[in-house]
Amino acid sequence: MPDPRLSLRGVTKSFGEVQVLRGIDMDIAAGEMVCLIGASGSGKSTLLRCMNGLEPVDDGAVLLDGVDIAEPGFDLGPIRQRIGIVFQSFNLFPHMTAYENVALAPRRVLGEDARARIEALFARFGLADHMAKYPDQLSGGQQQRVAVIRALAMRPQTMLLDEITSALDPELVGEVLDVLRQLRDDGMTMVLATHEMAFAREVADRVVFMDQGVVAEEGVPERIFSSPEQARTRQFLASVLR
Amino acid sequence: MTRRAAYEARQKRRANMIAGVSTAVVLALVVLLVPLAPGWEAVRSSFFNGEVFVRVFPDLLRAFVLDVAIFAWSVPLIFALGLAIALARGNTNPALFPLRIFGAVYVDLFRGIPVVLLVYLVGFGIPGLGLPRPWNSPYIWGTVALVLTYSAYVAEVLRSGIESIHASQRNAAICLGLSERDTMRYVILPQAIRRVVPANMNMLVALQKDVALLSFIGPVEILRQAGIFKSLLANFTPYVAAAVIFLCITVPATRYADYLMNRDRDARS
Repeated sequence: MPDPRLSLRGVTKSFGEVQVLRGIDMDIAAGEMVCLIGASGSGKSTLLRCMNGLEPVDDGAVLLDGVDIAEPGFDLGPIRQRIGIVFQSFNLFPHMTAYENVALAPRRVLGEDARARIEALFARFGLADHMAKYPDQLSGGQQQRVAVIRALAMRPQTMLLDEITSALDPELVGEVLDVLRQLRDDGMTMVLATHEMAFAREVADRVVFMDQGVVAEEGVPERIFSSPEQARTRQFLASVLR
Repeated sequence: MTRRAAYEARQKRRANMIAGVSTAVVLALVVLLVPLAPGWEAVRSSFFNGEVFVRVFPDLLRAFVLDVAIFAWSVPLIFALGLAIALARGNTNPALFPLRIFGAVYVDLFRGIPVVLLVYLVGFGIPGLGLPRPWNSPYIWGTVALVLTYSAYVAEVLRSGIESIHASQRNAAICLGLSERDTMRYVILPQAIRRVVPANMNMLVALQKDVALLSFIGPVEILRQAGIFKSLLANFTPYVAAAVIFLCITVPATRYADYLMNRDRDARS
């Protein structure tokens, strides 16, 4: 692999007595799409939150383009512009319109009135008519697409997606996954925690199965889904694919 | 009409009738029994004297304008200071720790002293330092006393509002690269302030009433004007008239605050 965009080295993280990550090593190449799968509580979300410093790691290194951003005291402000994150619960700002949600960070952080660029993003993801609406006037799928646009407006090099379809009604999942397909076609580097196995199989370059805070098995989707080596991977897949 | 609607209409008619009858009975008892009290004639002529009421009402209304003015210039000061104290208490910067302590002491101190006591202490104490005009004005120091007390309450209300905003909102803002300061200003505060509007409305109603406490240190506002009329006319009706004027303002304001509070609760349920 050429120099990876993002590398994790021996990352550990505990919440109180509970050790959530027990030494994670991982490399993510530029333009790669990695899907994290595993049961709830296996550490997928925490791992994503450690990748952009939202959760400080206890030990180990998180290297972004070779720079250790997990160094205690490291200024994460500039890093966070380069890594976008989208959450399961959307977390749009309820007192702002969809457009204002997206425009706030470019205006305050980049000092840029990105109106044309933002309008183009709304149009691209089928939300041109919804820019002036407030989050509670939008469906879950629309809100989540706005959240993706909000992250993209900062022109990130990497996107972290934390189970972004898990809070959606089943009929709304497709429109959000379509957005991810488009991002993949753009060559965006993405790490996606997901329960959508069919989607992971379709689009991922690599699937990482996490179990109890460690990477239990990883590989190309074809191999992970059709001939998993580990018993616990087989067990997990059997329970979710049924 | 469906069977159900007919039944509910019948039930409602019945409830209204019972409420009407019971209210009429209570009113009749009050009207019939109170005048039987031995002192009723004396009370009526000294508290409910129509002639006195009509005579003092316009002057009291004019004096009430001063209450409203004191209220009006106190409010922006209270909210500015209350917000500053709330933010001071919420900051986590170790260099600003003294500010945090100051905020905590401020709130404890000024919430813990009765307003009327603070009006006396500040209103008489500070001009007592021998300040030249206009710095010895009771308007200034009376206002200061109100601002000190009410900003302490408003600070606590705002702080509870800030703490009620879910951490995921802050996380979302921080992850977009916004600074702590911008996160507070654009994301947290606008939501927090909206959420505590009803509580602050109640605060404003209380403030409007407490403005009358300044009468103790000099300004001829409505309560003092009523006192002057009482001495002049040897009659308590001016106090009743003053109460009526206060109610004209505070009842609609309280109802409006209740309305906001209910709307807020409905929106969240």
